[in-house]
Formats: sequence, C-alpha cells, structure tokens
Amino acid sequence: MPVSVRIPTVFRKFTNNESVVEVEPGTIAAIVDQLDGRYPGLKSQLLADGGELHRFVNVYVNDEDARYLDKLDTQVSEGDTVSLLPSVAGGSPS
Amino acid sequence: MRYASILDAIGNTPLVEVPRLSPSEDVQLWVKLEGQNPTGSAKDRIALALVEAGEASGEMTPDKTLLEPTSGNTGIALAMVCATKGYRFTAVMPDNASAERVQMLRAFGADIIFSPGEKGSNGAVAMAQEIVAEEPGYYMPFQYGNQANADAHYKGTAREIVEDLADGNLRAFVAGLGTGGTLMGCGRRLREHDPSIKIVAAEPKLGETVYGLRSLEDGYVPPLFDPDAIDGKVFVGARESILWTRRLLEREGIFAGISAGAVIWVAQRVAERVAREGGGDVVCLLADGGWKYLSTEAWTQDIDTAEAQVEETLWW
Repeated sequence: MPVSVRIPTVFRKFTNNESVVEVEPGTIAAIVDQLDGRYPGLKSQLLADGGELHRFVNVYVNDEDARYLDKLDTQVSEGDTVSLLPSVAGGSPS
Repeated sequence: MRYASILDAIGNTPLVEVPRLSPSEDVQLWVKLEGQNPTGSAKDRIALALVEAGEASGEMTPDKTLLEPTSGNTGIALAMVCATKGYRFTAVMPDNASAERVQMLRAFGADIIFSPGEKGSNGAVAMAQEIVAEEPGYYMPFQYGNQANADAHYKGTAREIVEDLADGNLRAFVAGLGTGGTLMGCGRRLREHDPSIKIVAAEPKLGETVYGLRSLEDGYVPPLFDPDAIDGKVFVGARESILWTRRLLEREGIFAGISAGAVIWVAQRVAERVAREGGGDVVCLLADGGWKYLSTEAWTQDIDTAEAQVEETLWW
C-alpha cells in the first residue's frame, strides 16, 4: 500500500492540481525527493537552503507534526498519510 | 464555599478521572474542567490576570476602554471582569462566532466590533491593532503576546494539577493550541515539577471556509508560543473533535466544548504511549463547557451535518 501525501492548494500548481499524491514509503526526506522527481520545483518550496524543513512549512505524519518526531528522518510506512501545510511567511498579522 | 466576589471564584476547577475514556488500565486519564469557571471557560483566569497586569503597570485606568480581539471566550471573560471593576469593554470578534458568544458578550454589557469571518481570528487581531493604533482611549492587553496570560496558568492551572496529583505519577499534559498561553504556562510549571512530563498540543484542522483560526498554519505564530517548549503537536479535525466530545458526554457525563473532544482524541495516542512506558497519569485540559456550542447542533445532528455546521463556526 502506498503513502498518501495531501497537497495544499498553494502547492497544487506543482502537482497539476492533484490534491492527493501517492508515493512509496520511506523517510520524509526520501518522500520529498520522490515528489520533486515527479513535480520539479516542489522540493525548493518544502526545504530551506540548509536542507531542513522550511520554517513556514509544517509536515504531519498521520496528523502528528514531524517537527516533534524525527523531522526529515521520520519514517513513513505503508498506508500512512502525510499532510503538507504551509504557513504564510511572516510572523505578524498586520 | 464562600467568596467575597465572583473574581475570587475563578480557578480551583475540578480534576475528574474519566476511566471509560482511557485506552489502558495502566493509564489514569483525568480532565480538568475549565468550564466550571464563572463564565464557563479557562479564559476567566487570563482575563483577570490581563486586567490586573494592566492596572499594575498603570496602562489600564478608569478613563480607558479595554479592547481585545477574541473569538469569544476571552471576550466574555474580560466583559465579566470589566463589569465587576467598572471598566468599559469592547470586543473585536469575527462575525462567524457562535450566536451564544455574541449574546453573552452583549448580556455582560460589552460593545462588539465585528471583523470579517473569512479572515478568522487573525482578522480580528489585525483590526484590533489598527483601532488601538489610530484611536486614543483604548487599552489592549493582547492575550497573544501578554506574559500575564501564560503566568495565569503557571500560577493557577498547573499549580492546581500538581497539588491534585501529589500522590500520582503525572506523565503527560494535553491542551489545545490557541494563544499558546495554556501550553506555555502549564508546561513551564509542570516541567519544573518533573522535567520528564510530556507537553502535547492539540491543533485545529480547519475547514476550507474558516481558515483563519489561531493556529500556526495561518502564518501567525502567537508571540507567546515557543514551539521548542512542547513535545508534540497533533492536528485534529472537526469530525474527530465532535465524536470525542460526544463520547465524553455519553460515557462520562461531561458536557464540554468541541475543542475538548480534540484534546481527548490526542490524549488517546498520548495515553497509549504512556502505557507502553509503564503507565501513569495523563491530564487533559478541557477549555470550556458545551453550552456555547449548542447552536452548532454538534450533539443533536447526524455526524456529517454536525461536522459541516461546526466547520462553519469558530469552534476553537
């Protein structure tokens, strides 16, 4: 069984408007690479220059924030769901 | 129990065991019923702390009107505190807040300025900041960035939990993420008591229509909230929240607000982990009672209708 990745509206321009994409199990880093292979440019949206998860992108594995799991090394297994969620850049509403 | 004023009746809420909701006999699951505060939510604690901090600093004076962005509970609590102290109060609130919240604010004598519902709580925050910047005569305590918010939970909520579980073995604390005040204040106190206690946040998963609630995903990180000060964060949708809010009522007779279901749902996962590590106590903070959500029909409709109605309302 593959892993389902939920793509938020702002990233769907990379995925031909697909809202759910299926990938092979692996670490989040490996899944990001799979996504970027299929949808070039997506990786640069998800990762910061230093290669870690972008501060304004939250990645959830089965609804748990991966920041509190093993970050990019978090293992994603068959049947799991990965959700990507962007934060709008900037820390102030005004 | 006798109190000299309603303000003295804030806090010291019951900590109630809910064994029928614990996934393991090795885990004692407890709920702290913040709905038992005078206006029915944990926000009574911070409202009193915010007003008193403003008085102590000299920023809040009788000639000023207190103004605060709120999706409801904080506004109602501030309205109560201001009524007892003789201050005028204006709430800036999204226009899709539940009908009960609007009625309660008006009943307490508050003025309401509505912000566009589709901009969520962030829209209310932005509008309140504009008003205070342009018009004199207001004092805005700003719960999202005021340390008195977290301190109220440090001095009150968490102290009560530690005292009530003095003979226990607290392993984890679960609360909803809004301003971050509850998680920061309780987390700090509980970790001082025992650094191995896990602090876990339940975070609202929003419908497409209401996207602006006070979660980090809006691009607004409340200044109070430090992501490194918690041990986990779990995303919960309206459906799971409603289902577990109903279970809380059906199995344990506790009528709590919809975010309580989200917290209990997250606590199931947390409790399973605690059970694997030898068991102990897990405390869930239930921020409010169910009364203010009756108009969403969360308990009376079939789950699909209830989910749709809750998603159109500010339920966090």
